[in-house]
Amino acid sequence: MDITDHPAPAPGTPPGPYDPEAAFEDTIARDQRIEPRDWMPDAYRATLVRQIAQHAHSEIIGMQPEGEWITKAPSLRRKAILFAKVQDEAGHGLYLYSAAETLGADRADLTRRLIDGRQKYSSIFNYPTRTFADVGVIGWFVDGAAICNQVPLCRTSYGPYGRAMVRVCKEESFHQRQGYELLLTMMRGTDEQRAMVQDAVDRWWWPSLMMFGPPDADSPNSARSMAWRIKRHSNDQLRQRFVDMTVPQAEKLGVTLPDPELRWNGERGHHDFGTPDWEELKRVVSGDGPCNAERIARRRAAHEEGAWVREAAASYAAEQAVRTRDGVTA
Amino acid sequence: MSATNKGDWPLYEVFVRGKRGLNHVHVGSLRAADDEMALRHARDLYTRRKEGVSIWAVRSDTIAASAPDEKDPFFAPSGDKVYRHPTFYDIPDDVPHM
Amino acid sequence: MTDEDLYVDGDSARWAFGTGFTDPLHGVDQAVPESVDAEGLAACCLALGDDALVSAQRLAEWCTRAPELEEELALANIGLDLLGQARLLYSRAGQVDGTGRGEDAYAYFRDADDFRNVRLAELPCGDFAFTVARLLVLSVWRLAVCEALTAAPDPVLSAIAAKSVKELAYHRRYAAEWAVRLGGGTAESAGRMRAAWDALAPWLDELLTDRTAERLGAHPSAVAARTRAELSHVLAGAGLNRPGDAASRGTSASSMPGSGRDGAHTPQLAPLLAELQSVARAHPDASW
Repeated sequence: MDITDHPAPAPGTPPGPYDPEAAFEDTIARDQRIEPRDWMPDAYRATLVRQIAQHAHSEIIGMQPEGEWITKAPSLRRKAILFAKVQDEAGHGLYLYSAAETLGADRADLTRRLIDGRQKYSSIFNYPTRTFADVGVIGWFVDGAAICNQVPLCRTSYGPYGRAMVRVCKEESFHQRQGYELLLTMMRGTDEQRAMVQDAVDRWWWPSLMMFGPPDADSPNSARSMAWRIKRHSNDQLRQRFVDMTVPQAEKLGVTLPDPELRWNGERGHHDFGTPDWEELKRVVSGDGPCNAERIARRRAAHEEGAWVREAAASYAAEQAVRTRDGVTA
Repeated sequence: MSATNKGDWPLYEVFVRGKRGLNHVHVGSLRAADDEMALRHARDLYTRRKEGVSIWAVRSDTIAASAPDEKDPFFAPSGDKVYRHPTFYDIPDDVPHM
Repeated sequence: MTDEDLYVDGDSARWAFGTGFTDPLHGVDQAVPESVDAEGLAACCLALGDDALVSAQRLAEWCTRAPELEEELALANIGLDLLGQARLLYSRAGQVDGTGRGEDAYAYFRDADDFRNVRLAELPCGDFAFTVARLLVLSVWRLAVCEALTAAPDPVLSAIAAKSVKELAYHRRYAAEWAVRLGGGTAESAGRMRAAWDALAPWLDELLTDRTAERLGAHPSAVAARTRAELSHVLAGAGLNRPGDAASRGTSASSMPGSGRDGAHTPQLAPLLAELQSVARAHPDASW
């Protein structure tokens, strides 16, 4: 029985001394998964830790803009759905931190990096939620964009990351649909509600397009990530997919996407659309968005105010372990 | 582990039996102060859509695992931790984009 | 199974926890049995529904503020359970009180003095120790009530109670584990736990003398005895039963007069409701 878990060499490979780097390249080339204990280049590990941590942080910070509306949701059904959705986001953050920990990262350390501003999260969560319609539009756009990004990540080359994404994607589809369903209901309501929906669409459209990151030409690390099959599509490809997916949904809903250049291009078989304000993206990513300081302050406060609870539990557990070891019943 | 605070909870690996007749399958990890809490967290995190009928939670640092290639001296300690958690990798703060 | 299979396995109908999609009342006759006192039944549903809604609202305040991410999930699960109980109880109240109102009419279009929750539920969120202590008291008491109500003469209330019992047993376990951990953790956590019990003690009598569910089979003295016994068991484990601790003094000391069951509330309920009702009342003709 072979208990080693590195992939068998491709047929025809001459037997020779085990070369971990060649094994890594071979695993990637054959579209198999790299697993935690495999040898991997330091830069591959570092890229993954950075990307997965950023992704986990985004889930956790992303609880805030919608979480504010749980206590104010205008019906008990919407309250339950939103509560469950924001809870899922905490769960997604945990799946992802768990994946990052398989690479040797430590969650407490990643959290410190987040609250010290040394690691980023998605720029989209630095925008405020002004009305309850924002809850719907976040579900539709932000979760829709996340799905475009994440479905291909289910097949990413690093096994634990891909498996975390499978779980996340299953749950995200509920998120997107709940958002769209809320908007459909609101569009069938009063004129005031329809205006709220359009206003939220106007505010969230461009930031949502920026979620896919800078244009490919300005995304220097993308090529290497694609070579390693961490990423499988470029930023611009994913952005195009999101636009193509969203336009017919907007028509069905009866809202206007705020882009005068948006039109179908039969030749390309895709929609043409305007250019997001990349300067704005740079500003928001570098910390100067409408809510950056508030988001980090909230996360920091929760972490710091929770320290006594975590310490109490750790201390109690340590004491119980000693009692058990010494044969004293608690 | 390096750089741990007194309040940091240890890592547990979680295994869920999806339905009767199946093996427990590894689903991921979580942090908990003790075994009871680990099971409760596992229920909340990994079976909140009722995905399982039974859960195992086990401290990650107690799992022995085979090395990717037992033959290679490069991976000398062959009975190793389940992941190479070297908190594992101390990444200096001045590394860009970390 | 490949990743793609996992993603497209047709499982997308899976809805999130607590949003309620297996109907606990499936197959239950919703007609009010003639032998049941409809007024008492409606009052009981309303009181237990208000306890649950107000508790869920307080738990929702923890969202993004919990002491650890895993606890975010736990507190949300409990909040969702209670919210689900409130919805079922309000719906039943609307069927039996003759008004035909839906769940949202009770939650969003009543003022504070029409709410019938116990005041313990509405006290401000407090720290994690207070949240744990309050959750322990409310879940121990509510579990005792709901176990008795599984035999209620109204089949709908009985089915709601049966669903609630499973949930509340978990809430009680969560709160009891944490009470013991905090009580036996560090000097700080023990001090906070003791302070939480001191803050709660004056509000216990209201709960332990409550007669809301009496005519439906939950006898106040039996419920109170069981609640006291379970609490003192946990308090012993948490090291909080020393002489001088509020908890060990029982409930006679300095209890607050009046009862939320009669609509007499603390000043904290009105702002809680103002927030809960803000959007619904700003758009009374809207549909959500």
